Amino acid sequence: MSPPGVLLGLALVFGQLSLLAFGGGNSIIPEMHRLVVDVHGWLGGREFVALYALAQAAPGPNLMVVSLIGWQVAGLAGAVVATVAVSLPSSVLVLLVSGVWYRFRDAPWRKAIQAGLMPVTVGLIMAGASVFIRETATNWATIAVIAVTLPAFLFTKWHPLVILGAAAALGAVGGSG
Amino acid sequence: MSETEKRPSVADLFVGFFVVGVMGFGGVLASSRRMVVEQRGWLTATEFTGLLGLCQFLPGGNIMNLSVALGARFRGIPGAVAALVGLMSGPVAIVIGLGVIYDQYKDVPAVVTAFAYLSAAAAAFMVATALRIAAPLWGKLLGIGVAVVTFIVIAVLGWPLVLALPVLALISVALAWILRPEERA
Repeated sequence: MSPPGVLLGLALVFGQLSLLAFGGGNSIIPEMHRLVVDVHGWLGGREFVALYALAQAAPGPNLMVVSLIGWQVAGLAGAVVATVAVSLPSSVLVLLVSGVWYRFRDAPWRKAIQAGLMPVTVGLIMAGASVFIRETATNWATIAVIAVTLPAFLFTKWHPLVILGAAAALGAVGGSG
Repeated sequence: MSETEKRPSVADLFVGFFVVGVMGFGGVLASSRRMVVEQRGWLTATEFTGLLGLCQFLPGGNIMNLSVALGARFRGIPGAVAALVGLMSGPVAIVIGLGVIYDQYKDVPAVVTAFAYLSAAAAAFMVATALRIAAPLWGKLLGIGVAVVTFIVIAVLGWPLVLALPVLALISVALAWILRPEERA
C-alpha cells in the first residue's frame, strides 16, 4: 500500500475504534489486534504485543499504543494520524453529551443514570484488569511479579513508578521466561 | 453552599493534564484523580467518580474523554482542546522516543524479560486501581451485584462490549431509578 493509502487506512481503523471503545482503551485491544495484524497485516502478532507492552511502559493514556502502532506503520505522520483519529470522534461525542450531562445536574433521571453507571464502570475496570492479568501471567515468574507488586501498589505509599521500575529492573537482571 | 470547586483557566487545564499525562505511568486514571480531586480541587471525589462514569459509558479513552468533558465544562471548546492536547502531547512524544530506542534493543534477552516483568507489574497496578475505584460500592449489595455481573459478562463470557454495555447500563440505570429512595441513604 502506498504511504497515503496507509495513512488513510490508519485514519479509518482508529477513527472507527474511537467510537467502538466502550469501556475505554483496553476494551478495543482485541479488535485493534484483529484489524492491525489480521486484516491489514501492518504488524506481526508478536510485534503487536511488544508494542502494547512498550506503551504500558510509557506514561499517558492506555491508548498510547495507538500512537506507537501509527509510528511503526507509517512513521511520524502515521503516529499523528492514528492519534488524532482515535481521539477526535469520541471527543466530539463527549462535547455533545457532557453539556447535557451538566445542564441537568440536579435532575432525578441524571442521578439515576449516574448511580446506575457507576457499578458498571467498576465491573468494566475489573474486566480490564483481568485482561491484563491474562495477558501477562504467562509463567511462574510473571505471576510472582503480580503477586508481589499488587499488595505493594495497594498497601504502600511508594509511587507506582518506583514499583514498576523495580519490576523492570528485576526482569532485566534476573528474569526468566 | 461553600465554594468547593476552583475554576481552572485554559492554561491551567493544559498544564494540569500535561502533568497527568507525563506522570501517569501504568495508566492515567489514578494520576488524573489525584490531580483533579486531591491536588487542584476542580471536582469533589463524588463528582469525579460520576464524571468518570460518563466517560466510561461513552466510547473513547476514559481519561481522554475526561479531559475533554472537564475542559469543556470550565472553558468550553478551547478548554477541551487544551486539556486533551495537554494530556496527549507529552506521552505521544515519549512513546515514540521509546519506540525508537526499543527498536534498537528489542532482541536483547534482558530487554525481553524486563518487558515481561514490567507488563506484569502494570497488570497488578490496574487491579489495584480497579479495587480503589470500587471502594464507594462497599456495603451496597445492588451495586456490587451489577459490578460482578458486568465483570462476568465481559471478562468471563467475552460478550462484545457493543452488545453487552447498552444492556447492562439500561438494567443498572433502571434499577437505580426504581430504588432511588434507598440510593439516598
